Amino acid sequence: MTRITILSVCLSVVLLLYILEMVRRRRLREEYSILWLFGSGVILLLSIKQSWLIYLAQAVGIAYPPSFLFLIGILFIMLILIHFSIAISKLYQMNKRMAQDIALLKRESEKDG
Amino acid sequence: MVNDGSPDGTSRAARDAGAIVLDLPCNLGIGGAVQTAFLYARDGGYDALARIDADGQHEIEDIPRVLEPVLSGRVDAAIGSRFLGETEYRASIPRIFGIRHFRSLVNVFTGYRVTDPTSGFFAVNRRLIEFYSAHYPSDYPEVDAYILMHRLRAQTAEVPVRMYPRAEGKSSITLFRAMYYMVKVTLSFLINCIRRFG
Repeated sequence: MTRITILSVCLSVVLLLYILEMVRRRRLREEYSILWLFGSGVILLLSIKQSWLIYLAQAVGIAYPPSFLFLIGILFIMLILIHFSIAISKLYQMNKRMAQDIALLKRESEKDG
Repeated sequence: MVNDGSPDGTSRAARDAGAIVLDLPCNLGIGGAVQTAFLYARDGGYDALARIDADGQHEIEDIPRVLEPVLSGRVDAAIGSRFLGETEYRASIPRIFGIRHFRSLVNVFTGYRVTDPTSGFFAVNRRLIEFYSAHYPSDYPEVDAYILMHRLRAQTAEVPVRMYPRAEGKSSITLFRAMYYMVKVTLSFLINCIRRFG
């Protein structure tokens, strides 16, 4: 094994364990952890099986295999960011509804009290 | 009066003056705040709702004039225009540019002929109160509202009103935000053309 292989395997194992630990402590919801676990799993797999990376890179016509890794990484980050934008939009809607309901309920209670 | 999360004395002053005040626990932005009033009107069973700015830009005496076409049942929405009739209103250059842009946008996509597409001085009937309670744009809602009304095949009319430079506070549309405003409103306007309203 080359030094970079050892390094990338170590890093992806640490990432994987960190995410699992966050889920276990309920700091990260399972819902959001799936994407991260999947992402770190893919990185780990491609770090160990570099022949797969080379094969996949050749299959899509990329001459320099590490570029394929970057491509996967960037796509994964984009996916997760879009996921966050959707989650934030949903939270905004919920927050708006709740704030409006609070305002209306406060008015109700003032009227009675 | 809807207080969009302001901690200053406005809410208390309005209450002391006898107004019904809806205090939002946090700042939602203009659309979310106005929607709170639609929800209040919907739940309270009101037939019509008129809306004015709280910063002194709109002439309170003009409210009956804006409400009249709605109360008489001629239209679903009446919008106060600062450009109809004789006016002392002087808009800045970027604002004139923006207003022209939105005028053509509204006209091309809805067929409504409007002179003041960004006017926040309006009155709506029960039908629109109910619709807006569920669907009201979150920020910069005035231009978007035309597409929503068009989708409902609502009848609208513009009414001449007086508008003044704001008495207090800063406009939500600074020069810096003008570009963002144009892009955002144009985009959400176009998206509302193809959106489903359940």
